[in-house]
Amino acid sequence: MTALGALIRRDIRIALRVGGGALIGVLFFLTVVVLMPFAVGPDLVLLTRLGPAILWLGALLASLLTLDRLFTADHEDGSLDLIVMSRTPLELACAAKALAHWIAAGLPLVVATPVLGLLLNLDAVATGAVALTLLAGTPALTFIGMIGAALAVTMHRGGLLLAVLVLPLSIPVLIFGVAASQAAIVGPLPFGAPFSILCALSLMSFVVGPFAAAASLRHGLD
Amino acid sequence: MTLIDLANPTRFLALVARLLPWLAVVTAVLLAAGLYLSALAPDDYQQGATVKIMFIHVPNAWLSMFVWGIMSVASLGTLVWRHPLADVAAKAAAPIGASFTFLALLTGSLWGRPMWGTYWEWDARLTSVLILFLMYLGLIALWRAVEDPTRAARAAAVLTLVGAINLPIIKFSVDWWNTLHQPASVMRMGGPTLDKAFLIPLLVMAIAFTFLFLTLHVAAMRNEILRRRVRSLQMMQARSVSSDVSPGGASGQIAGAV
Amino acid sequence: MRLLGSDVRCVRGGREVFAGLSFQAAAGEAVAVTGRNGSGKTSLLRLIAGLLLPAGGSIAIEGGETELTVAEQAHYLGHRDALKPALSVDENLSFWSDFLGGGAARPTADCLAAVGLAHAAELPAAYLSAGQRRRLSLARLLAMPRPLWLLDEPTNALDVAGQAMFAELMRAHLAGGGLIIAATHGPLGIDARELRIGGVG
Repeated sequence: MTALGALIRRDIRIALRVGGGALIGVLFFLTVVVLMPFAVGPDLVLLTRLGPAILWLGALLASLLTLDRLFTADHEDGSLDLIVMSRTPLELACAAKALAHWIAAGLPLVVATPVLGLLLNLDAVATGAVALTLLAGTPALTFIGMIGAALAVTMHRGGLLLAVLVLPLSIPVLIFGVAASQAAIVGPLPFGAPFSILCALSLMSFVVGPFAAAASLRHGLD
Repeated sequence: MTLIDLANPTRFLALVARLLPWLAVVTAVLLAAGLYLSALAPDDYQQGATVKIMFIHVPNAWLSMFVWGIMSVASLGTLVWRHPLADVAAKAAAPIGASFTFLALLTGSLWGRPMWGTYWEWDARLTSVLILFLMYLGLIALWRAVEDPTRAARAAAVLTLVGAINLPIIKFSVDWWNTLHQPASVMRMGGPTLDKAFLIPLLVMAIAFTFLFLTLHVAAMRNEILRRRVRSLQMMQARSVSSDVSPGGASGQIAGAV
Repeated sequence: MRLLGSDVRCVRGGREVFAGLSFQAAAGEAVAVTGRNGSGKTSLLRLIAGLLLPAGGSIAIEGGETELTVAEQAHYLGHRDALKPALSVDENLSFWSDFLGGGAARPTADCLAAVGLAHAAELPAAYLSAGQRRRLSLARLLAMPRPLWLLDEPTNALDVAGQAMFAELMRAHLAGGGLIIAATHGPLGIDARELRIGGVG
């Protein structure tokens, strides 16, 4: 447990120090959301209707693009070798890294949502609903994206390839995230059903993500 | 004292030490006067007391652009004249500029609440300020991305100048986009021409905020110079002692421990 | 405690690097792996560390804690330093000490003093020179006791004083019943049995 705690603390610390990218994700999120009105027009009624979808798309892209360096940074400086060799199971180490990444890069997206909801003319209920669904859904994005980040290490490629690999896998999260937000705002579906599925997707990703990432790291090292 | 004399950071620090208290006093007096005059100013017949937010909003909006101008000049200083303090000036100005821009957005949105009924309207001016804010944040992110400040300086200088060239284009595009879509709002920021009763407090406030910027900027430059000195002292410290440890001394400790 | 490799075969990228390699090392013994460039010295160390899978043969450790794999009882010091420039020297070492776990950790201050970095404990690792970074990696070997040290060109970037210091550290490790497998071109500075791979080079 101390080993995993140490790993989480280290990753968060690095993300927050100079050179770390924790807040760039939020900036990206902000920029993507600000771009949308320029494409669809400043009509507040339309923006209110599209708001949850825009926020979810922005959060999806922001959380995937920041995953790029999750394992490559450790691979380049040799830390990954030692993490693989250690007495801590690699699956748990992967989960710890993903958790640290979510705290440093995913949670700020949730925190930024109310401000962005203001820009999109969402009322308090709608903003709350989107923030809640993001809180439940972004961990799934991180843990699914981690698989892509692990593959990126083995292939010595990152960036766009990672996005292409992982985006299709995150479609269910997007569907139920937006559905739950819309259900809370306009109905007619009850909020509970899609939100439960969203939580289930997150819980499933906690299992699948670390195992898949650890497997691809083990077989990909050379 | 010429600009060349100021190239010496030590001389600059001495100057700052003498200048800073005076700047702070002038700022405080001007701000007090400006706020007093603003409080005395009459309410607007249309907007009521909300118009007084303008006395804060307009100086902040003015500074949001003025600071980018200062940073552009400093960037030229970095790229063309290679003035050693130029990138210090640019780096120190960015967070202050971002803060003024944020305050402009905040006050604009507070003003908009009673006017528009929402905290945010994609009004051409506010939207331009929002884009400027994003550019400030991007610039700060660039400074933060690289540990070595002199290496980051050039990249940041290029970005600042590109931003300065692009700002009018962005402003024009946003205006065009906004009129194209015929926004629902009837009232625009600063729509009616200003009465003299508003103009004088506004002017005083603008000057006061400019002095506030100068004070903060000079102090931030001093901090940045000191921060860089600490950094180079630390690097010297890292280099210094390593050869002092004799292998014999080290092995004695090891043998005892293993 | 003994490290035993029997008939180990290594294939990298479809090319056979070496085959039929058998070796052993007993407690208190150092083995210097030598050979020309590309003969597979690094590959051998990574095989022992479990970072590569052997195409044939087996590597096992006898004695010691039986439920642990070879990798879990080993320290691996590769070409790369596994240091984060954004963290301080002490934070870097503390992290590895906490993360590797599984034993009585030595205080990080002691380890830093042993490698001559006590003065730099609070400084960012980014400010260290290449030799100092290597010293910090060596401190990792001291922070957490592991019987097997796998060292890849350990004396790279170390100055004469650093090499002498490192030789003392290795001697102390061997005296405590440890094993050392080191891939090297130059002299290690300690008595070591030579294991030559890749034929005459």
